[in-house]
Amino acid sequence: MIAMSVLHVFKSSQRSQQVVLDEDDDGDASYTQPTSSQVQKARENYTPVQVDRKVAEVVQFILIKDQKKIPIRRTDIVKHVIKEYKALYQDIMKRADRIFEQVFGLKLVEIDAKNHIYILINKLQPVPGEPISMCPGNPKTGLLFVILSVIFMKGGTVKESEYLEYLRIPHTEPLEHEFRWGQRAEKEVSKMKVLEFVGEVSPCLLHSVYSITLLYLSV
Amino acid sequence: MSRPMGDSHKRFLQTLMSNGIISSIQAKALHRHCCETHGAHYSADRLDEFIDVINANLQPMFMYIRKGMSEEDGVQYYALVNTAETDITRMSSDYADNELELFRKTMDLIVDSENGAASSTDVLNCADSLQTKKMKKKETELVLNKFVQDKWLNEKQGVYTLSTRCIIEMEQYMRLIYQDLIKVCHVCHNVAIQSQICENPTCGIQMHLPCVAIYFKGRSDPLCPACNQFWAHEIPVVTCTLSRPPEANGEAEL
Repeated sequence: MIAMSVLHVFKSSQRSQQVVLDEDDDGDASYTQPTSSQVQKARENYTPVQVDRKVAEVVQFILIKDQKKIPIRRTDIVKHVIKEYKALYQDIMKRADRIFEQVFGLKLVEIDAKNHIYILINKLQPVPGEPISMCPGNPKTGLLFVILSVIFMKGGTVKESEYLEYLRIPHTEPLEHEFRWGQRAEKEVSKMKVLEFVGEVSPCLLHSVYSITLLYLSV
Repeated sequence: MSRPMGDSHKRFLQTLMSNGIISSIQAKALHRHCCETHGAHYSADRLDEFIDVINANLQPMFMYIRKGMSEEDGVQYYALVNTAETDITRMSSDYADNELELFRKTMDLIVDSENGAASSTDVLNCADSLQTKKMKKKETELVLNKFVQDKWLNEKQGVYTLSTRCIIEMEQYMRLIYQDLIKVCHVCHNVAIQSQICENPTCGIQMHLPCVAIYFKGRSDPLCPACNQFWAHEIPVVTCTLSRPPEANGEAEL
């Protein structure tokens, strides 16, 4: 599975290099806007059940990243989740967006329009008199999505877990706390405010995200 | 077409997600709080319907709010669980490969044991022979502590048991992986890790301690429901808020 996704990334970055003279460089090497005929063809190519599953995986992926307080890059979503369904990226993201709002009461917000980085924010206001804490003792549990059933699966995507672990290291407990509190303190989240805040709290984390992803793209 | 979720449902879901697992008392209070906060129609006996709405909306995401019973005290809990394996869940585990392997070995020890528990000594011995990457004593203790913090294991005086959250989440997998090795409660038909076993060697049925307490309540002469032999164990006393645990077959889900 790893070999396949690396190949796929390599191919797509080659393709984007070919058209780089014609297109604005939007800082996003592995995703280029599909043509409307490409989109149409992809819609015919994949069954609704297949696309449904991709949407579910994107939702899970984003929930997990959010739980780990990792801002979500479009490149990551395309590379790790959407893969060969790339032409349907817009369709899939639109549906994921709707699911976040209608099921979880969350909003996917783009905090970096150039590099296409997203975070999840809460559409529900914190309310006094919560019988159970919404922000329990261990802030890492956040929106909990820990999958233990993987212990029954053999074989590992070792590279992926190294990637995830690396990103965790700069993210110590006090940092997380502040991030969470920062989000909840904002009644109206403007892009600039959030970017500022994220930059303030964990500049090394953002740098790590960039450098690790670049490393992977270059393999 | 599933009924759409209101803000009251979303708030309930968010709180459950933040905690992973909540008791039924907490769930009832949360249900009321969420309905009152958003002016939704509230009826105390409609909690299951309320949760059904959430589950119908969660189903396409391979998630589910499942009810289960604590083996320790019979209290009912609600836990948010995953219902299917995807590439994403597989690669996004919070734990390193050798940590997962340690957990698996700990679970093996627990399922295999008579009393549904594993001593820290036994777990430490396993850590020494991990296939992924060996773990030293100090690291093993830290990892075990992590599992306790994350509510997958309970620890008491150096002895580890599976938490309610773990059993609720893992039950279907445990039945699949362990097959006949896994004990099932004669009363409620759910998986029974900690249980009392009929002393009759030709019988050997198992019952959860809280299920024993309810079944034999008030009886001076407890007899095995399967073979009628004397039930030669100490009968635990029913504590205040025990109720019948959910039957294993009563769930409609993936």
